[in-house]
Amino acid sequence: MSQKNRLPGGQIDRSQNLDFTFDGKRFTGHPGDTLASALMANGVRLMGRSFKYHRPRGVLTSGSEEPNALVELRSGARQEPNTRATTAELFDGLEARSQNRWPSLTFDAMAVNDRFSNFLTAGFYYKTFMWPAAFWEKLYEPIIRKAAGLGSLSLEEDPDSYDKGYLHCDLLIVGAGPAGLSAALTAGRSGARVILADEDFAMGGRLNAETFAIDDTAGAEWAAAAVAELHGMNNVRLMPRTTVIGGFDHGIYGAVERVSDHLPTPAPGKSRQILWRVYTRRALLCAGAIERPIAFANNDRPGILLAGAMRAYANRWAATPAQKVAVFTNNDDGHRTARDLMAKGVRVAAVIDVRPDAPRIADCELLAGAQVIDTSGRLGLSFVKLRQADGSERIIECGALGVSGGWNPNVHLTCHQRGRPAWNPAISAFVPGTDLPQGQSVAGAAAGAFSTHAALRSGAEQAAAILGDLGIKPDKARLPRAEDAPVNIQPFWHVTEGRGRAWLDQQNDVTVKDVKLAHQENFRSVEHLKRYTTLGMATDQGKTSNMGGLAIMAELAGKSIPGVGTTIFRPPYTPVAMGTLGGRARGAHFHPVRETPSHIWAREQGAVFVEAGNWLRAQWFPRPGETHWRQSVDREVRAVRGSVGVCDVTTLGKIDVQGTDAAAFLNKVYANGFAKLAVGKTRYGLMLREDGIVMDDGTTARLAEDHFVMTTTTANAVPVYRHLEFVRQCLFPDMDVQLISTTEAWAQYAVAGPNARKLLQKIVDPGFDISNEAFPFMACGAVTICGGLRARLFRISFSGELAYEIAVPTRYGDALIRRLMAAGEEFDVTPYGTEALGVMRIEKGHAAGNELNGTTTALNLRMGRMVSKKKDAIGSTLSERAGLNTPDALALVGFLPKLPEEKVTAGGHLMNREGPLDAKHDQGYVTSACYSPILNSHIGIGYLKSGSERMGERLRLVSPLTGQNIEVEVVSAHFVDPEGDRLRA
Amino acid sequence: MHDLTATTALGGTTAEVRDFEGLRISECPDWALASLASRLGREDEVAAAAQALLGAALPGVGACAGDGPVTAFWIGPEQWMLEAPHGSHEDLAARIKAAMGDAGSVTEQTDGWVRFDLEGAGCHQVLELMCNADTRRMDSPAATRTAIAHQSCFLIRRADGHFSVIGPRSSAQSLHHGLIEAAYSAL
Repeated sequence: MSQKNRLPGGQIDRSQNLDFTFDGKRFTGHPGDTLASALMANGVRLMGRSFKYHRPRGVLTSGSEEPNALVELRSGARQEPNTRATTAELFDGLEARSQNRWPSLTFDAMAVNDRFSNFLTAGFYYKTFMWPAAFWEKLYEPIIRKAAGLGSLSLEEDPDSYDKGYLHCDLLIVGAGPAGLSAALTAGRSGARVILADEDFAMGGRLNAETFAIDDTAGAEWAAAAVAELHGMNNVRLMPRTTVIGGFDHGIYGAVERVSDHLPTPAPGKSRQILWRVYTRRALLCAGAIERPIAFANNDRPGILLAGAMRAYANRWAATPAQKVAVFTNNDDGHRTARDLMAKGVRVAAVIDVRPDAPRIADCELLAGAQVIDTSGRLGLSFVKLRQADGSERIIECGALGVSGGWNPNVHLTCHQRGRPAWNPAISAFVPGTDLPQGQSVAGAAAGAFSTHAALRSGAEQAAAILGDLGIKPDKARLPRAEDAPVNIQPFWHVTEGRGRAWLDQQNDVTVKDVKLAHQENFRSVEHLKRYTTLGMATDQGKTSNMGGLAIMAELAGKSIPGVGTTIFRPPYTPVAMGTLGGRARGAHFHPVRETPSHIWAREQGAVFVEAGNWLRAQWFPRPGETHWRQSVDREVRAVRGSVGVCDVTTLGKIDVQGTDAAAFLNKVYANGFAKLAVGKTRYGLMLREDGIVMDDGTTARLAEDHFVMTTTTANAVPVYRHLEFVRQCLFPDMDVQLISTTEAWAQYAVAGPNARKLLQKIVDPGFDISNEAFPFMACGAVTICGGLRARLFRISFSGELAYEIAVPTRYGDALIRRLMAAGEEFDVTPYGTEALGVMRIEKGHAAGNELNGTTTALNLRMGRMVSKKKDAIGSTLSERAGLNTPDALALVGFLPKLPEEKVTAGGHLMNREGPLDAKHDQGYVTSACYSPILNSHIGIGYLKSGSERMGERLRLVSPLTGQNIEVEVVSAHFVDPEGDRLRA
Repeated sequence: MHDLTATTALGGTTAEVRDFEGLRISECPDWALASLASRLGREDEVAAAAQALLGAALPGVGACAGDGPVTAFWIGPEQWMLEAPHGSHEDLAARIKAAMGDAGSVTEQTDGWVRFDLEGAGCHQVLELMCNADTRRMDSPAATRTAIAHQSCFLIRRADGHFSVIGPRSSAQSLHHGLIEAAYSAL
């Protein structure tokens, strides 16, 4: 199709053609076009169907406030619903489709909804489809949801990436129209650090859409020159295609930069969009104004658009919705549209001005005191019907109607911290109130300064004032000459005459009648009005409709418009894609991964990894022929208990505790005594919360009188460190103690099993005696290995075997695991993972995270005597609460199933053999369970009421979740080597 | 001399270096780190000993100090991190401890961290995608702590167009991935 509605001039590059499709039909546009302008130039007025009634709709606006022209862009995984054709920048190969129609845009079967509009009025779902009640969820709601709606998702993974970033500036200027450019020039020339952001791809705002001159050049040319000057300043960052979406605390603003939306696909490595967090010292809102429509019967036909938008399409994009147009206005600005369109050669049938005293307009019929009372045209406007000042009716043929009800300052960002705008009767609009966000100022049309001169002046003045506040001497350049027309407007919101529906919110299909209905049904607060009618919801958030709704509500309630007030404005200013909010934190990069020092080696061994916090730990090491994880784990357990195994335990938290009061400090944070721990010894410690519940456990080694190394469980490394810092800084600031994490600084391996010492003796340098006599159970100390590498050796055991943990600087961790494996060949050394580690600690009855579950006390763990009565430690007092010390308190015991092959289920509950199976008769629960290859039986440990007195008793283990109900015997939790002979060997 | 081979945080035996238009991102394993904290009431002794060691006063909040082999940056009240070339100062912690005696607590930190250096005009563009530090306005040298790729890192401006990101060693791959992605995106 030819560009039959393309006009001369404009800011498009006619030297290049861009081919695109809309609903599969091929069109051509030019660089500088939006999808909407290109479609308009090609004679397309019908661009979408409305949300509820599937009414045919075209563009209403030329900007991001667009309620109607929502389309799906692209295809496949990049399919993007609900994109405003008015802001979508045209590129070669762009695929666009209309949405919410079936089977086609011109013939939409769902338009039958329009016939049932009497049943679908505001709040219809509260009144209709009520019977039978059961039908709502299964039948009515799905049908309604299917019939209504906007675009569709591809349901494929988004192939693009999104960034997040952080910017800093002295002054953020939001909007690059005349006020924003003027402010940026003032601040930029003064040396301030400025960010100028504009949602449009071309900076200049209305200067690009108007024909005004600034000094002796066209406004658009002045804007281009200003942008060029700003571009040359190192202290100014120009951010086109960037929408400031919200103002937050402390002068922080959110902004979305559309880096690649104007391209078919992002360049390699480049993101699609960036969500910026902008830290500002001050911000200046120069967001302009948004024109408002006038409601009248059938005012939603394609071809009826805002007068300012009609002018913008003609001046900037050289496009007109029709060759013969009319204008309906209540203010002088509508006349500009008529003049500009005529200057472009478009025939203006008439200017219909509600003001009886409307100023005359040359070369065009003026119908002063007239109103549009109806329109006709099936898929686009053909005729408008008027009521003239003398009371007669008249029909005018035209393909488009520009409507202007005045302009609303764009106060959105002034209200993001619950500020309320103030009514300015001089322009019949809300302007920013006095309760602006801290550090924010407003200039230009956003502040109600509507003329170009006023915008330029207020931008420069506000910038100068801000610079003064910041201690920066403002540049005092001459203000350029520009038009300074006053605002002449007669408030007029809707035409009361007419039989058709008068549309207020075209995105949500809300009519004047709907607002009246809400009022009639007593939904009179603006917030209730919004929820009941859906006025102002969805992607445009009522940017063109809210004022009309408020005005009508004010009329009905007999109040002034400011008396009715506005709904709360909330971020984001325009819709933000979920991908943009997520940034790069998705999939494998959702969170950082922590790798152990032996990770590469373990991967080479084919280890199966498990996430423990952010750590990746080897869970087991399968060997050829092993087809089930149990085979690997059983083998690893037998190998450790039979000879020697090695496990990477680097992940356990390590906290360096130093200072002259280090021992006293540990005496406070551990329930058991640490003051007398000898240098060169390690002790198991039990850490309580202030409320007496166990927080964590671990071993702490005393390396010197004033130097300890505490270990924590892997999961609690950070919480324990945080707790210790709190205790140090807040509870005992007079103690001389210093803390720092060393978790990752040391690669630490557990070497466990009867041959552990023999293996270590092969790598520990000969000068160090690690015999049982010289280095007994719980000894610790510095050693060197492999010819001089500094290392730390701890004789501690989680497995219950003769065991050590050896630590070296992490960079040698990979070499050490390989050396241990090589040196241990003669003992058939076996790497073991967290599963075998878990099996062995259950066999030994050692508590871990499952047992330290935030509800258990030392008494529950049968470690009550560890809570020293001889000292004051955190949690020791509250651990004595009566409720925690009842005679039948839970106690940690072991469980053996009657039949060894019967699985013991962690989480299963214990019940007496006889009696009811219900929560009231609960006896306790299993916390950890496994198959023990040593006992050749499933086993478990857990908490049982009066557990220590019930050895040998038979109970039922039930799990309603799995349907389990088996018999178990209560035994000691120490299944293997209860006397500890092995670990002391 | 021991016979164990060191690996870098990224798992290689040599440092990983990646070049972009206007930026080089290098893994820097050849630096020793040790933390120093003054003991209660011994602050002046630590300051004096550090002056001798660094040839400069210990740095204040957000600052770096020292122009010899050993330099320091502030990490907390009466707490600093000291850096020196690993080849000549693998025993950095022991040396500092010897200098401080009982007046200061010293902890070896060398392998608790991975250091990536960003050198070139593009470093600001990459860092503004990674952290909220105002890198263009940071003093040179200066240090701050900031979240980078979800990790708590030290960010040090060593000179114009030269930053070090010092992050948790175990997450070196994630941190490196984040920096590389940001470099592709920004440059």
